[in-house]
Amino acid sequence: MSILVYTEVSKGKIKKASLEAVNYAAHIASKTGTSATAIIINAGETSLDDLGKAGASKVLHINNSAINTSDSQVLTRILNHVADTEGAQMVIFSNDLTAKAVAPRLAARMKAGFVPGAVDYPNIDGGSFSVNKNVFSGKAVATYQVNSAKKVISLLPNSFQVTTDGAAVAAASFDVPADLLVSRIKVKEVKRESNELSLPEAELVVSAGRGMKGPENWGMIEDLAKQLGAATACSRPVSDIGWRPHHEHVGQTGIAIRPNLYIAVGISGAIQHLAGVNGSKTIVVINKDPEAPFFKAADYGIVGDAFEVVPKLIEAVKKFKASQN
Amino acid sequence: MKILVCISKAPDTTAKIAFKDNNTAFDENNVQYIVNPYDEWYALVRALELKETLGGTVTTISVGGADMEAIIRKAFAIGADDGVRIDGEPTDTYFVAAQIAAYAKQGAFDIILAGKETINYNGSSLGGMLAELLDMPYISMATKLDVAGSTATVECDIDGGTEVIECDFPLVLSAAKGMAEVRIPNMRGIMAARTKVLNVIPVIAADKLTEVKSYTLSQGRTTCKMIDAENAASLIEMLHNEAKVI
Repeated sequence: MSILVYTEVSKGKIKKASLEAVNYAAHIASKTGTSATAIIINAGETSLDDLGKAGASKVLHINNSAINTSDSQVLTRILNHVADTEGAQMVIFSNDLTAKAVAPRLAARMKAGFVPGAVDYPNIDGGSFSVNKNVFSGKAVATYQVNSAKKVISLLPNSFQVTTDGAAVAAASFDVPADLLVSRIKVKEVKRESNELSLPEAELVVSAGRGMKGPENWGMIEDLAKQLGAATACSRPVSDIGWRPHHEHVGQTGIAIRPNLYIAVGISGAIQHLAGVNGSKTIVVINKDPEAPFFKAADYGIVGDAFEVVPKLIEAVKKFKASQN
Repeated sequence: MKILVCISKAPDTTAKIAFKDNNTAFDENNVQYIVNPYDEWYALVRALELKETLGGTVTTISVGGADMEAIIRKAFAIGADDGVRIDGEPTDTYFVAAQIAAYAKQGAFDIILAGKETINYNGSSLGGMLAELLDMPYISMATKLDVAGSTATVECDIDGGTEVIECDFPLVLSAAKGMAEVRIPNMRGIMAARTKVLNVIPVIAADKLTEVKSYTLSQGRTTCKMIDAENAASLIEMLHNEAKVI
């Protein structure tokens, strides 16, 4: 018996959110006297050592170019097959876009109770199992009890600090029967920004809104983000009018993130925007309107013109970084 | 073309969130319910647009009590042809998916649409479960949907970008922002909604695999430390020394 954890590679490395999920699975395994098995598909030449270091006792690598990894149906069949083979009663995902497609499918196939977007370790007491998840767009937390023997949990990214201080284990290759790979969907095109920090995984995020007045003024936002090592994000109106790409849009209709630091520049803080960011550990709001509702949801606030404040912050970050070296 | 759209109800986005019975239940007092925005704005409206250009029917399906009917009539007013209410309490997504799947198996639907998530439980799981129970392809977080013959072309969000996918009928999709624009019902639609057929059917036996035991309101931030704009640079020290995030 083991806990299976689904992991992915991005840009030549194991995704940080995947390592977090392995940590999470290993923690549950240690509480329940079992072990964590990481599974990864088509990792190529990427080193898989971090999976063991993050706590996986076993690493299974499925290397098969015939797998259509964009098809949730195929991934579900594969993971169900691995769970059966390994005798896994629980499967852990990081709650990213792959998990949103695959985890509920797998849960239905395994007839497993599913908790999407868990934010804590589960509370396991004898036969009872419960775990917290955000509800009402972050305005409340609900404790979900899972009644079935089998369970699928997806972990909200950035819920825990990632640790990789364990020992690497050698990956074993795992073969899947060809009949699991039949796919009905065809991928015609993939558009991906290649050189950016992944927004859902980013620990630091600099975000800006209409207060920037136009896309030509984003240079200073990108510069501040670069100096901090942060990802960039934006508000809905800004992505709607095309100043910034759609995948940068955080909020209720965009993506929800919970970085350690969220700096919002020229964003008023509509309730729908807050729904996507109120899980952030520290929120800084910079707005020239002292009445902007966002200040009520912030830890630090600066009332001022972004065009004056942001350059000062860039200089301050440069000085800070220099003093750290 | 036959399209099935899953419709859920959700508290109005400005509703005050509170709990009762020792924090074990959502307090519905003074709460105005609306059609879950992702189900309405994106899933239902795109289904109607496709029907209007290509022909066919749009049926809505919901699991819920009689109080769900105002929500279903709103979907009728926007343009859905008919609706089904499965008379049960939608407390577990697997239970809901099992109900809808049992109905959908009889109906030979070409496309089944759900919103990307409900704004109350934020699960984003109904579409995936439904697709699995029906053994159909599933594309989640779809931002564009076009149909030619019996093939759907779908654009969807992936981590850090988008993907364009082609899939023959039947398929299940979850609809995200970008699919369609909000549609306001007109007087003719509202009048017609009264006479459209709303079938009420009983639930089938299905397990409830999860249940919510209790709720806690999220702690809002209590104080915002204001920093003078002239002194903006001091923010960086505070983020390092106090907040310890850089």
